[in-house]
Amino acid sequence: MSFPLLTILGGVPLLGALLLVALPRSRAAAAPMVALVCSLVTLGLGVVVAWQFDADAGGFQLSEEADWIPALGAHYALGVDGIGLTLVLLTVVLTPVVILASWRDGDLGRWSANSFFAWVLALEGLAIGVFAATDVFLFYVLFEATLIPIYFLIGGFGGPQRSYAAVKFLLYSLLGGLLMLAAVVGLYVVSADAGAPSYLLTDLMDVPMEETTGRLLFAGFFVAFAIKAPMFPVHTWLPDAAASATPGTSVLLVSILDKIGTFGMIRFCLGLFPEASQWASPVVIALAVFSVLYGALVAIGQTDMRRLVAYTSVSHFGFIVLGIFVFTSQGGSGSTLYMFNHGLSTAALFLVTGMLIQRRGSAQIADFGGVQKVAPVLAGVFLVAGLSSLSLPGLSPFVSEFLVLAGTFRTSVLAAVVATLGIVLAALYILLMYQRTMNGPLQASAAAIPDLGLRERLALAPLLALILALGFFPQPLLDVINPAVGATLSHVGVAQPEPDVDVSAPDEEPQP
Amino acid sequence: MTGEFDVPKVEYALVLPLLVVFGGALVGVVIEAFASRAWRYTAQVGVTVTTLVAALVSTVLVGVGLDSIGGDVPARGELVVEGAIVVDGPSVFLWGLLLVLSLISALLFAERRLEGGLTSFAGQAAALPGTDAERVASTERIEHTEVFPLMLFAVGGMMVFPAAGDLLIMFVALEVLSLPLYLLCGLARRRRLLSQEAAMKYFLLGAFSSAFFLYGIALVYGYAGSFDLTAIDQAVSASTAGTPLLLAGIALIAVGLLFKIGAAPFHAWTPDVYQGAPTAVTGFMAACTKIAAFGALLRVFYVGFGGASWDWRPLIWVVAILTMVVGSLVAITQSDIKRMLAYSSIAHAGFVLVGFVGLYSGNATGAGITSLSSVLFYLTTYGFSTLGAFAVVTLVRDAGGETTHLSRWAGLGRSSPVLAGAFAFFLLAFAGIPLTSGFMGKWMVFAAAWAGGAWVLVVIAVLTSLVAAFFYVRVIVVMFFSDPGVDAPAVAVPSALTAAVIAVAVAATVLLGVVPGPVLDLAQQAGAFVR
Repeated sequence: MSFPLLTILGGVPLLGALLLVALPRSRAAAAPMVALVCSLVTLGLGVVVAWQFDADAGGFQLSEEADWIPALGAHYALGVDGIGLTLVLLTVVLTPVVILASWRDGDLGRWSANSFFAWVLALEGLAIGVFAATDVFLFYVLFEATLIPIYFLIGGFGGPQRSYAAVKFLLYSLLGGLLMLAAVVGLYVVSADAGAPSYLLTDLMDVPMEETTGRLLFAGFFVAFAIKAPMFPVHTWLPDAAASATPGTSVLLVSILDKIGTFGMIRFCLGLFPEASQWASPVVIALAVFSVLYGALVAIGQTDMRRLVAYTSVSHFGFIVLGIFVFTSQGGSGSTLYMFNHGLSTAALFLVTGMLIQRRGSAQIADFGGVQKVAPVLAGVFLVAGLSSLSLPGLSPFVSEFLVLAGTFRTSVLAAVVATLGIVLAALYILLMYQRTMNGPLQASAAAIPDLGLRERLALAPLLALILALGFFPQPLLDVINPAVGATLSHVGVAQPEPDVDVSAPDEEPQP
Repeated sequence: MTGEFDVPKVEYALVLPLLVVFGGALVGVVIEAFASRAWRYTAQVGVTVTTLVAALVSTVLVGVGLDSIGGDVPARGELVVEGAIVVDGPSVFLWGLLLVLSLISALLFAERRLEGGLTSFAGQAAALPGTDAERVASTERIEHTEVFPLMLFAVGGMMVFPAAGDLLIMFVALEVLSLPLYLLCGLARRRRLLSQEAAMKYFLLGAFSSAFFLYGIALVYGYAGSFDLTAIDQAVSASTAGTPLLLAGIALIAVGLLFKIGAAPFHAWTPDVYQGAPTAVTGFMAACTKIAAFGALLRVFYVGFGGASWDWRPLIWVVAILTMVVGSLVAITQSDIKRMLAYSSIAHAGFVLVGFVGLYSGNATGAGITSLSSVLFYLTTYGFSTLGAFAVVTLVRDAGGETTHLSRWAGLGRSSPVLAGAFAFFLLAFAGIPLTSGFMGKWMVFAAAWAGGAWVLVVIAVLTSLVAAFFYVRVIVVMFFSDPGVDAPAVAVPSALTAAVIAVAVAATVLLGVVPGPVLDLAQQAGAFVR
């Protein structure tokens, strides 16, 4: 085993959380700074991980492996492939941003600021573990463990409905998690029947499985991930959670934690149950397309900005799932890239609406109007974040959405055409919200809204910079993602559909 | 027929743990009779703790020295005392577990700071509530220390119960463990009427179930011609069809055992008794009685009736489902912590039954979780968390004693975060959240059940776990997300005894959740029952 870089990457935020718990209550003012430093150290380590990662080599890298519970075949096994690395990077990038943007949010909660930032760091550490786990048992344990920090973040620091939202979130997640537990147990039995039990992904991929068993286990995993993602019809916890949580919590929830759902679909549903994934794909694609349209349509009807952003995510997650289950390399790469980009754009949108809401004391769209006259920078950031959410070319989500649709088109023209409607609807919900809040006559109640402060600008700037940079030049990330997606798809064993139009150059034709 | 009497051969070295416990109990009786009141408490606690520790040490020695015997499934141990007692891997594991948990319970029994220097047991149990005699007993600060020998007798019974190789011995053990418990339930210092009512209910229903059990033994004797589990196994396996006599016997014995376990539909006593009994006794009962009864259930059904498993498995399926559903659903409506924990213990009995009904004895290589080891592991995790949870309940008090109404616990997370955090942790363990022992326990029993082909039962169990999670989370919400009421109870500062109990329980819950390997290996090495 080499230097345990991934363990340290996940361990630093967890240690930071412990440090914050130990910090005396009287020193609560120092809590955000401690948390920020911790998350920046983690970001630095994340950059080191990315630097150590060899995009051309493929497979799992920086692997660590040790026996954990031999009788169960559970290992402490970490490692990242291109997909895992992308999401680990997303996590380490977003956490400092969230901490910076939530500098004062910890003071308003039920408990001290220490605990707010401690939970945030704990969540970061656990999320890194989830994305880096290469043992199903370890993944499951960490997957469920992430519920605890987010539950206390929503329940302890949110709005008036926080208790209700936190419990609803927890019960939904536990439903999925427990169904997945049954499937995880089933995997053990399958693996033990084949010889010595092992939960390592690499061992489980080769384990022989009956068709029915595979489909049942697939269902257990998929339902959990669909709840997490969230997909229609198991999405209803998200708007409530987002409307009650602080903006920072919403970012952690939607931009990072919900990605576990789509990440899990690629790694576990496709990786462990290739046959069942193909078997289920028509239903999943239909649900995904429906999520795209449903999320967008419901978003248009929202009057609360936070709920609106939450529903846009339902729509975007529809795209991501669609790209995964069409089994083309463009779709898969697009979806993975989309996870990263959606994380950025939704984070920007949640944070900037959060700042707006905090200034005005209301989340209702109708309570705003003409804000750009008094807060031009805020309005500008809001516009860019909004445009990235509707996938304007030149901003990063466009690339991923285009790839997903292009990949879908090759498998199912119908799904691609219907999903494209989602883009049109996205323009509606974003531009309507922007128009009603920022343009038009200045409302008297909104006249006193100050523009963004330095801390807020510092928090948002990295997001906008990344959105722009990846909009024009996504190739470095795609270079990392493509081999991993290619490996997954070849494991699923689908032949890439040949393009209808012969695109190969004449001189590449085989000579007669 | 010479009338000659064969002296039974007793392997004293192997049954030493039992002898130590019963011997300690007898010493306790003598102390109670002859020692002066001033130092009776000290002497009793000393004898009890010494006895339990000595028994634990001898159990470890017995366990280390067990002989391995061959067979399809590896097993260790032998029949002793003419086949009346079976000292095998599972017996020794259960003995060790029972002794450790009893030792922890004994610390709870001995707690004196909470009641102003007295134990939480009635000063003079014979004095009627509300009479002058009771007032005298309380003004003179009289203390009952009989609870310690009573407890030791109960522990002795619990140890014999799952180790009995003979149905008659098993019945005697059942009574030896039950009678002291009936008494202990009625000995609360506060709310004595409730406590006595609980004892009465427990006694009446317990007597009924004992009668069922005894009648079942009689019927099985009629079928097999022997009380011996090995002989019964041979008779059952030899016949090709179940006869009504055998089936009725199995059913009646099952009723007796399922009553002790607290499985639906024989669970009705649990909430009342758990609520009324002194909380230390409730914790002891919830942890240890359940362990002993499951041990006996496993032995009778795996060893004695293993050949008829096709006849009784559907029955246990139904009971397991019913138990999980009743326990989880009814718990939702409870507003009293002790009653909620009682229903939760019913739900847990259902989860253990899921592992039990898998009847899985390992794959060809001998690796992997068996039904027996999964149940043993689950009982370990459950025992520690349960004792810890009841220890916390003893600390939340107001002027009238413990306040167990859920609404009174509001805001506890703010006033005493450590205690509320510990309780929340136990609840998360009950709910089966990963990184707690409860998760590992659930995983084991589900894996064993699935490996035994009962995956439908696993899915049902998973869904009822969700319902169960709801009411555990509800308590967490009340403690952490509600504001304290005006008459919020104070959290008493316990002596080192109760604090140690909670600390040990938290540590066990964490360790069994994060590194279950060692205990799991012990459970695996226990192997199969020796027949």
